[in-house]
Amino acid sequence: MSESLDLRLALAETELENPVLPYLRQDRIPHIWCPGCGIGSVVTSFAEAVRRSKLDRDKIAVVSGIGCTGRVAGYVDFDSMHTTHGRAIPVATGLHLANPDLKVVVFSGDGDLTGIGGNHFIHAARRNMNLTVICVNNFTYGMTGGQVTPTTPSGANASTTPYGNYEYPFSLPFLADAAGATYIARWTSLHSRNVTQSIEEALKHKGFSFVEVISPCTTLYLRRNRLGDGVDTLQYYQDNSILKHGADTRETAIDFQGKMLVGKFVERQKPTYLDAVNATCAKLIGDDYQLYGKTPPEKEAEKKAAAKGKKKAAK
Amino acid sequence: MSAEDNAKKGKGTVFVRMEVCKGCSYCIDFCPTHALDFSKEFNQKGYHFPVLNRAEDCTGCDLCGLFCPDFAIFGARWKDLDEKRQQAASQVEP
Ligand code: SF4
Ligand code: SF4
Repeated sequence: MSESLDLRLALAETELENPVLPYLRQDRIPHIWCPGCGIGSVVTSFAEAVRRSKLDRDKIAVVSGIGCTGRVAGYVDFDSMHTTHGRAIPVATGLHLANPDLKVVVFSGDGDLTGIGGNHFIHAARRNMNLTVICVNNFTYGMTGGQVTPTTPSGANASTTPYGNYEYPFSLPFLADAAGATYIARWTSLHSRNVTQSIEEALKHKGFSFVEVISPCTTLYLRRNRLGDGVDTLQYYQDNSILKHGADTRETAIDFQGKMLVGKFVERQKPTYLDAVNATCAKLIGDDYQLYGKTPPEKEAEKKAAAKGKKKAAK
Repeated sequence: MSAEDNAKKGKGTVFVRMEVCKGCSYCIDFCPTHALDFSKEFNQKGYHFPVLNRAEDCTGCDLCGLFCPDFAIFGARWKDLDEKRQQAASQVEP
């Protein structure tokens, strides 16, 4: 599979085809996203990250909820699942637990992940479920007409808050950090190369990894707030994003058209959900218990270690 | 105008699938060397797509490809292109 893919990629590039296309379901392109919507750029970064990570394509599954970003599952050429609104993380959790060899990626929007499915988000982070969550945060529910989401900055206009949003918004890195996520990064859709790198790191990270990408919604958020078009917004990102790796996530709140911190905020190691299950069962059952859900390299390393141990004992 | 017809003026070139472009102008405004312009023509859907008007300035950095939300453009360096073409040719022939 991977060999034929390499050949396909080589051919594709010589036929002067966009290198992202082999990762997309080309019969579905052009996509439905509006001109200037940042979701497409994030998909490009994702495809590039997958290519660089050299992961087996058959071992990657993409799960999305509903919404503009939720369409990603239908456009990428991986095993993918388009679930009900807000339920991308539960489905991904099930997928991961049933087949721990899979690398499950959740690709969804801010409203879907932290509004409708906020509960699932914090609990997956709390359990340190081995998932990669990519959240395209455009501060609004795009597909349903620009309603206010938990991340809409105070004062911003949305179709349900026509006189300005009077709620206090979530800061997603802070939420994820408080809930226990073990990899947290935030970028804007302007920082394509950083997004690619963060997604690549997130794919390789063991545990709950969360990448937030701030992105323009040209049709609803920008138009309702009279913020110009996508180019103006990318310019705003360029002028107002402050790079601070390892920043305290308590400082990451975003005010309406204010400064925003970007960077990789958190990276730590912690036993994942499956590790914890295994540890408990091993304690209860003892040596007969077969560990569940080790990745093939881990299994091999364990076998080697066991063989070494036996040799030592024989000596 | 296909890119192939362009003499190798700059260090690289871009390839545009004009029929899927939505004219957001990210590639044009964020090109580091300002090598792209909007076309005079429309595509099927009525958008102006980018054309490489200053081919000598294009470095093939692929920043346009990274930004394009519609997978409609990508840049490549001539050096890499020639290498890949040769590689693929040698893979396909035997
Ligand atoms: S409504 Fe907003 S988020 Fe949805 S495709 Fe259009 S620009 Fe993108
Ligand atoms: S970035 Fe893509 S969609 Fe936007 S104008 Fe350029 S080629 Fe067209």
